[in-house]
Amino acid sequence: MTSLDQLKPHMRGIITDLHVGQELGRRMAGLGLRPGNTIEVIRLAPLKGPMQVRIGHTDLMLRRNEAAQIGIRLAP
Amino acid sequence: MKRIALLGMPNTGKSTFFNRLTGAGARIGNWPGITVDLLSAKILLGDAMVEVVDLPGIYNLHGFSEDELVVRRFLESQPVNLLVVVLNATQLDRQLALPLQLKTLGLPMVLLLNMADEANKLGVRVDAERLAQALGAPVCTLSAKFGSGFEPARQVLVEQLHRHPKLQLADKAAFGQDDSIEQELTALVSQSVSAPVQLPASVTDRIDHFMLHPWFGLPLFFALMFLAFQVIYSLGTPLQDGLDWLLGSFKDAWLLPAAQGLPPDVRSFLIEGLYDGLGTVLTFLPIIIVFFLVMAVVEDSGYLSRAAFLMDALMHRLGLDGRAFVMQLMGFGCNVPAILGTRVMRASGLRRLSMLTIPFSLCSARLQVFLFFISAIFAPSIAPLVLFSLYLMSFGLALLTALIWRRRYTSREPLLLELPPYRLPTPRFLLLEAWRHARQFLRAAGGFIVIGVVLVWFLTHYPFDAAPASAETLAGRLAALAAPVLAPIGLDSLLSIALIFGFVAKEIVIGALAVIYGLGGNELANLLAAKLDWVQAYSFMLFTLIYTPCLATLSTIRQESKSWGFTLLSTAWPLSLAWLVSFLFYQGARSLGF
Repeated sequence: MTSLDQLKPHMRGIITDLHVGQELGRRMAGLGLRPGNTIEVIRLAPLKGPMQVRIGHTDLMLRRNEAAQIGIRLAP
Repeated sequence: MKRIALLGMPNTGKSTFFNRLTGAGARIGNWPGITVDLLSAKILLGDAMVEVVDLPGIYNLHGFSEDELVVRRFLESQPVNLLVVVLNATQLDRQLALPLQLKTLGLPMVLLLNMADEANKLGVRVDAERLAQALGAPVCTLSAKFGSGFEPARQVLVEQLHRHPKLQLADKAAFGQDDSIEQELTALVSQSVSAPVQLPASVTDRIDHFMLHPWFGLPLFFALMFLAFQVIYSLGTPLQDGLDWLLGSFKDAWLLPAAQGLPPDVRSFLIEGLYDGLGTVLTFLPIIIVFFLVMAVVEDSGYLSRAAFLMDALMHRLGLDGRAFVMQLMGFGCNVPAILGTRVMRASGLRRLSMLTIPFSLCSARLQVFLFFISAIFAPSIAPLVLFSLYLMSFGLALLTALIWRRRYTSREPLLLELPPYRLPTPRFLLLEAWRHARQFLRAAGGFIVIGVVLVWFLTHYPFDAAPASAETLAGRLAALAAPVLAPIGLDSLLSIALIFGFVAKEIVIGALAVIYGLGGNELANLLAAKLDWVQAYSFMLFTLIYTPCLATLSTIRQESKSWGFTLLSTAWPLSLAWLVSFLFYQGARSLGF
């Protein structure tokens, strides 16, 4: 068990839980960030900038402090 | 009248479908109880007149964003015959959540799986029949952009309107429901959608490898921007010169001889007022078209969200975010839609700080002023560099403004943004965009620019016995009032008249100068070159870049912020900054001996 911000580029994991409020949680779900979905980190922006992740056919950017709220189980 | 509501998540091509379905007849409408304007159009579908309403893109029917509230309020209060839900066929794994939520409303629904071409390429297979059964709604696949599958989809809409001739209201109970659709969604996706687990490395991935490179990404961004303006400049200026030559020839060969018999004042009004003033503004039409074509390519390509990715780290430290940077770029076209674009921001601090920075964005109206001055006063070899320096200045001042005001407008808003695949616009779309902006420009020229030009002519010629634009005219007296403030930054009285009118709209500035000097096009450029040195010209351009948002932008800021105090700040802050920057530049350059 870890969180999304700990993943390095090309690492994949399965979302286990979202430690965010209801509002952000619903927005995340709409974009595919839901428990059970597989997520892959594509790249990190320099200077502690956002990260690019892929869920299914959707690419997203989110900041690392939001990524820290997303629980991940590393995919084999 | 029947009514169709068009719904979908952002980035599904919903608006593309709306435009294809309704043609050019869309208008912005007010709806009772809804504060945001909605786009709608009345069209003939089959044998019935139908009003098609384009609702804002939403991720979740039960979400809390402004857009999501608007959609909910619309569906609660307005009866419809049909909900048309546009989905991106490549992203059904998450987008099917929306029709599952909408199903609970109990309204007739049609599903459009858009971007079928992209889905095919990615190897996504959809069992449309199964999907239709599960959701109790017909399903069509199409590409709204290229038009394939559009006619059959239209036919389905006609049939469904026949089947549901009565306007219905949504089941109110459904809005209060909490969504527990996750299992339903997983089951539906696994039954009806099959996609390759591992995506092949796409073109987008390969492009992003360079565009979003940790070291080369930002330099590449600025290089691309410079290239874009090089293209605009080298394509646009010859066209502009050509148009100027044409207008000048017409004046010499036809207009002047024809006006021979008129009284001198009338002749001056018609030729030095209307014709020179308007004509000089009109020569910018080709460059405006080229400019907006380049903007359309950039906007449609998906590169803007990459710009947000690249700049977010910096913008975050300034109290803004990557989206604010994108709005800054959008502002290059016109500040008004960029201010409206801040609606996607939820935190009011973030939104206000963005609105404070957007007016520094060098819009296409200011571009006209700068192109005119730069080509009049600077050598062609350094002209593009001078222009680029103004763009950098525009960024720099926006960042400085954020830095100074970020403590006043703090916010903590998470940033979640989609990075769509790179796409190329269709020629049809580009043509429509070019036409739209040409029409807008001509309408402005025929409307407020004429009024401005006439007013400037009157100010510079009244009383009629004084020499035009001399100190005895109204304009001269107005300029004398402004002189103590504007002389220290190198602006003479006649330039300050043009600036006063530029407050209303910067499109008027060049037309006003033409009227003030009684010369159009090339002759005006030559005169300016003789009268001004480069330090004065650059100081004038700096002031024009910064001094105040135009009236349209200010009224948009007022409408969006709902605060007169903030609107006042949005006027006073740039005005003081403009004077300070021009003063430092002008006096600095002079004391260095330039």
